[in-house]
Amino acid sequence: MNQPNQSNPSSVNPSPIDYDLRVVRQFTVMTVVWGIVGMLVGVIIAAQLAWPELNFDLPWFSYGRLRPLHTNAVIFAFGGCGLFGTSYYVVQRTCQASLFAPKLAAFTFWGWQAIIVAAVITLPLGYTASKEYAELEWPIDIAITVVWVSYAIVFFGTIAKRRTSHIYVANWFYGAFIIAVALLHIINSMEIPVSALKSYSIYAGTVDAMVQWWYGHNAVGFFLTAGFLGMMYYFVPKQTGRPIFSYRLSIVHFWSLIGIYMWAGPHHLHYTALPDWAQSVGMVFSLILFAPSWGGMINGLMTLAGAWEKLRTDPILRFMVVSLTFYGMSTFEGPMMAIKTVNSLSHYTDWTIGHVHVGALGWVAMMTIGSTYSLIPRIFNRSEMHSVGLVNAHFWLATLGTVFYAVSMWIAGVMQGLMWRAVNEDGTLTYSFTQALDATWPYYVGRLLGGVLFLTGMLLMAYNTYKTIRGSELASTDNTAQAA
Amino acid sequence: MSDFWSIYIILFVVINIAGNAWILFALRKNPEESVEEGEELAHEFDGIRELNNPLPRWWLWVFAGSILYAIGYLILYPGLGKYPGVLGWTSIGQFEEEMAQAEARYGPLLKEYAAASIPDLLDDKRAVAMGGRLFANHCAACHGSDARGGKGYPNLTDGAWLYGGEPATIEQTILYGRNGMMPPMGAAIGGEEVVTKVAEYVLSLSGREHDAELAKLGEPTFKTICAACHGPEGKGNPMIGSANLTDNTWLHGGSVETIRETIRHGRMSKMPAHIDLLGKEKVHLLALYVYSLSQPESSESMESR
Repeated sequence: MNQPNQSNPSSVNPSPIDYDLRVVRQFTVMTVVWGIVGMLVGVIIAAQLAWPELNFDLPWFSYGRLRPLHTNAVIFAFGGCGLFGTSYYVVQRTCQASLFAPKLAAFTFWGWQAIIVAAVITLPLGYTASKEYAELEWPIDIAITVVWVSYAIVFFGTIAKRRTSHIYVANWFYGAFIIAVALLHIINSMEIPVSALKSYSIYAGTVDAMVQWWYGHNAVGFFLTAGFLGMMYYFVPKQTGRPIFSYRLSIVHFWSLIGIYMWAGPHHLHYTALPDWAQSVGMVFSLILFAPSWGGMINGLMTLAGAWEKLRTDPILRFMVVSLTFYGMSTFEGPMMAIKTVNSLSHYTDWTIGHVHVGALGWVAMMTIGSTYSLIPRIFNRSEMHSVGLVNAHFWLATLGTVFYAVSMWIAGVMQGLMWRAVNEDGTLTYSFTQALDATWPYYVGRLLGGVLFLTGMLLMAYNTYKTIRGSELASTDNTAQAA
Repeated sequence: MSDFWSIYIILFVVINIAGNAWILFALRKNPEESVEEGEELAHEFDGIRELNNPLPRWWLWVFAGSILYAIGYLILYPGLGKYPGVLGWTSIGQFEEEMAQAEARYGPLLKEYAAASIPDLLDDKRAVAMGGRLFANHCAACHGSDARGGKGYPNLTDGAWLYGGEPATIEQTILYGRNGMMPPMGAAIGGEEVVTKVAEYVLSLSGREHDAELAKLGEPTFKTICAACHGPEGKGNPMIGSANLTDNTWLHGGSVETIRETIRHGRMSKMPAHIDLLGKEKVHLLALYVYSLSQPESSESMESR
């Protein structure tokens, strides 16, 4: 593992810092655990779409109940634990300060796990607020708010006690992610409880849809993009041992990214009852979003650019390069799909599902996996992962899995869009919905194969993580010493 | 939209776009006087340093281009509050235009078919096929791709009709829908014991296996109460859509348990009206297709569908 270990000449305080790593270790291990759970549920529902018999006529095991469990588990449990863990690590290291309010940090760990367990129980039982990515019912919504505000206190408290003059760019992104998610969650979850586990949104009709997709798209923008850019901005330079390509680019793309993402939601509601002006504004801001999104990819790839030769030996760097590449693909695809004419073909098809998974598997999961492999030896005082060969095998499984998934859904989605709109000479539709569904079936199986490959890689990761943690500890460690 | 909200929207959109243009413009050149382009900046975080590289030119121009595109789009199309855009485009306008185009293109053929009677059209393969495709997209979800229905959804190929199978009746059913209503009779006829007897009698009407003794006991109840809708012989009444119980065709299932359930709790069925969705001309073709399904001479067109 590459760990640049030079001392910091600009540091004011030379005394060693006792970094709080317990909570980082806990979140990191749970990232792997929830990754497997969330992706396993994904594989199950992918199989159910290909073979509906697999619903087994069990309400709690049916697609409709498990699908929100899958999305919540991979985004908020897997991705969430990854963000909590890495942000607690990164903010301490780059601020040269131990965590502010460590007990509150410990609370965020147990609180977040309790929320996830509550989701795992209530969603299959059918308790849902029926808002996509915000299905959890009102008592859990309140718990999320409490944990999230605690998270913000710990994170920004740590920044406030930093011993560096500036705030590192990774923390800008983590910080924006924390503030924006608090805002999104609270506003979108405004609801009136009618019983212990049922509530109704305070918004109605088109306004409800707009608030929901303002939330939904910014969950993508701030949770799945800004948060993971924070991760990227620490672990990519750390793993390559190279300086960040352009500080100036960081500034421009940070401010433009967080400013513009907030406007992009209406592209989920093209050609609906949403007023035309809102659709137009959503579309043009989605297009402007392309360059700010690519700013992060350019900065990441150009930082890697001086270390290409390391790709031959370091599978962790391969995860990061491929992750940034998929990020670039998906942030090119997104603005394109937000154009109304393209959207009229892609909307409601599996193309959207393919697009989401290029981001979710290709970008988010690959970056989380790479960063986690980089992080585990550091926080458990090991020289490197138990088996670099297994990391490499995981890399190929994850890459192939993402490609199978994305290609299947791209073909399926474009085919569906074309079949749905095909019109005969006499004005009747050429295909029925069932015919389009029939034609999609092989691609549902292809998607399932991609998911199985990706999940297999996660199982290797779990084994490798277990063996690494059980392995022998290093005698000396930089977890306290390096801060000087 | 009130003037206030219109101005509010315009302000926020303009400020956001201008802000992005400003930061891009401001940082197009090196703002750090002390650090040369491409050199390392003074700060360092946990061993990570940052270079003072310029914004890649191609990226800067893509960004600037997208901003210009946005401004152009917001001049041409609605977006800035109440301002309608130079082109005067609206989504409802586009919809109406496309509908008018479709009407101009496909209307004459539909009108031609609408003027012909359904029996006359039976041999017009093109007309039947059009009806078949309309069926696949509008009816198959309930009645099945093969029109053989399912529990609660009538089979349209078996020649058994609740409301009658004449072309005009089928057309009426599709245009205006039907509300099927079998009231819950369990309590009204005297409880579970009587339900059992009447169910056996109902089974006997279509010659199915039944307990003759119980059926005999159920007969008086049927003849006094059920016969009001189903008729004294149980042959149903197409005027009100009550089922014929003698033809061994079962909409909700013909097992003794299901029949008891039907008597006990009744049934509600709804065929939705399609006049607003499809219009009379297309419904005419749909009725033609549905009619053709139970006509023996048109079995060929069924297979070629």
